[in-house]
Amino acid sequence: MALVALPKRGLMDSLPGGPAVQQGLTWARRYPLLPGFVLLFVLIIPAIFANQIAPHDYRIGDLDLVKQPPAWIGDKIAEQTVVQTVDRRVARRGEITVKSATRRIDKGTATFLQGGGDGTVDVGDKLRVVIRKGGSWTYPLGTDKQGRDILSRIIHGSRVSLTVSVLAIALGGGMGVILGLVAAYKGGIVDTVIMRLVDIKLAFPSILLALVLVAAWKPGLMTVIIVIAVLLWARYARVVRGEALAIRNRDFIGRAQVAGASNFRIMARHIFPNLVNTAVVLATLEVGHVIILESTLSFLGAGIPRPTPAWGVMVADGRELIVAAWWIFFFPCVAIVLTVLSMNLLGDWLRDKLDPKLRNV
Amino acid sequence: MQRYILRRSAQGLLAIVVISMVVFALARVTGDPTQVLLPDEASEEQILATQIEWGLDKPLHIQYWIYIKRLTRGDMGNSFKWYGVPATQLIKERLPATIQLSLFALLISAAIAFPVGVMVAVKKDSGFDYAGKMFAILGQSAPSFALGLILMWVFAVQLDWFPTSGKGGLNHMILPGVALGYYNVAALMRLTRSSMLEVLDTEYVKLARIKGVSERRVIWKHCFRNALIVPLTYFGLIGAVLITGSVVTETVFAWPGLGALVIEAILARDFTVVQAVVLLFAFAFILINILVDILYAYIDPRIRYA
Repeated sequence: MALVALPKRGLMDSLPGGPAVQQGLTWARRYPLLPGFVLLFVLIIPAIFANQIAPHDYRIGDLDLVKQPPAWIGDKIAEQTVVQTVDRRVARRGEITVKSATRRIDKGTATFLQGGGDGTVDVGDKLRVVIRKGGSWTYPLGTDKQGRDILSRIIHGSRVSLTVSVLAIALGGGMGVILGLVAAYKGGIVDTVIMRLVDIKLAFPSILLALVLVAAWKPGLMTVIIVIAVLLWARYARVVRGEALAIRNRDFIGRAQVAGASNFRIMARHIFPNLVNTAVVLATLEVGHVIILESTLSFLGAGIPRPTPAWGVMVADGRELIVAAWWIFFFPCVAIVLTVLSMNLLGDWLRDKLDPKLRNV
Repeated sequence: MQRYILRRSAQGLLAIVVISMVVFALARVTGDPTQVLLPDEASEEQILATQIEWGLDKPLHIQYWIYIKRLTRGDMGNSFKWYGVPATQLIKERLPATIQLSLFALLISAAIAFPVGVMVAVKKDSGFDYAGKMFAILGQSAPSFALGLILMWVFAVQLDWFPTSGKGGLNHMILPGVALGYYNVAALMRLTRSSMLEVLDTEYVKLARIKGVSERRVIWKHCFRNALIVPLTYFGLIGAVLITGSVVTETVFAWPGLGALVIEAILARDFTVVQAVVLLFAFAFILINILVDILYAYIDPRIRYA
């Protein structure tokens, strides 16, 4: 299941195309090209060059252009009946109220379908009204309720996801690897205590623990990273301990001990290098999980605080406008799903390449 | 077997004690609950009086001891946010909704995952199989809030088939149920597929076919029942996924259950309620896991726990 669901044989081979196409297909089958590209363009490049790529400021929006739809969406037009004309107050002169809309419109912005022959609007006339202006390529994915460009915010949001996943995995993975190594190497009471802790940690639903932890400290980038690291270490410790136990009993460890190597040296120089593959594969497999956790916490209001455009925060902002402006919640969701999906595919591929033993972890 | 159950139960109990300590300690270091209870301009005496009223003036370990003593009597303390309402009462009000939704989600996932998993295994490497694989991978890549909102947008806002949120009849349950169950569908389907493939390859299935047993009977009677063991063990994890998922899904769909309660409580720093719900969740989670392990040994007598 390493690659995207590319059929192995048959379907693809019957396609027309010269050797170049066939070669391309072979590569596509052998390497996770598509997930790799997606990751590069959705996560990594935007995260590094956010300031250069983002077309607009992600903090300050154009308040005249709030909730503008994506570029390819045209004007939304509907037929409505006039229920009231307002002519009394000077400020409202020339405005009419139509059925099923609380807002008023100017006389000039609508075209008549029925009535209006005498040049004035009367109650009961049918109008063709622009309910929502279409989008423009200035804001390709539309704007949110403060008129901020969604594309720019997604681009800056990838920075949060990348930072959190890299740092949290480095921290949690490092902690787990060290504890797993020590547990396996020392054995006895140290091993028992560490593995009991692992059991307890794994017996606890992660999102709840994360929520309690975040609520206990101040929400923020560092808190989220530390909390996610706390969630991650147990699995590393368990897997690494298992592998390290097998290595510990090999001859070369005993010889290193006889040669007078210190415990630290044996763990760091003789056992750890044999575990690097496992650690790397686990790390890649965990990135998707971390991004999901981070965005969930942010969505629930217990993650990255508001002005920062984390994807989860953007989805939470769009949630209340799901009826009026779907693009606000939808595109950040797409960014999350694409990133996690490609990361999972890449992780599966890497596992098959480097460490097939991990299949059931 | 008895020893195994005993050992697992002891481990579970230990885990719950540790969890209760951790949550209790965390709740206290987050800052003074009196800040939540009293307005900013409260005087020193008022703060002190409130601390005494809630027992917050005593040292931490004494507070914990009082907490445990009360817990054994079934008293989990009173809520800060919903002033003075016992946490147990809040849980009693919200628990049925969560159980209802979780069972429904479980039903949906089983009803979809088993038949589809079997079909996908029987028609291995067909387009159907690849579609199933894609579906499964996608299911594990979408966070439940994203999935819930997309479902809500498509089926409630655009198509107007279901209500967007809230609790009501069966209609209200379908979208949150699917959102909650989807992740399980993906995982269960994968498991059913792989274990079906294994069983389909065994000698007794070949023999059944040679005997001339109808294909349908071979698949459902001979294979499916044997292939069911692996996915069933997964039900322990499902408990976890449902508990975790209910927190998010209930928030998304404004479903008045425990998950939504715990979020409200956390955001309002209502420690007693957070402690109570978290403890309950942890207990349920551990209990489900132990039960599944026992069930596993019961279904498959070859498994013996040392």
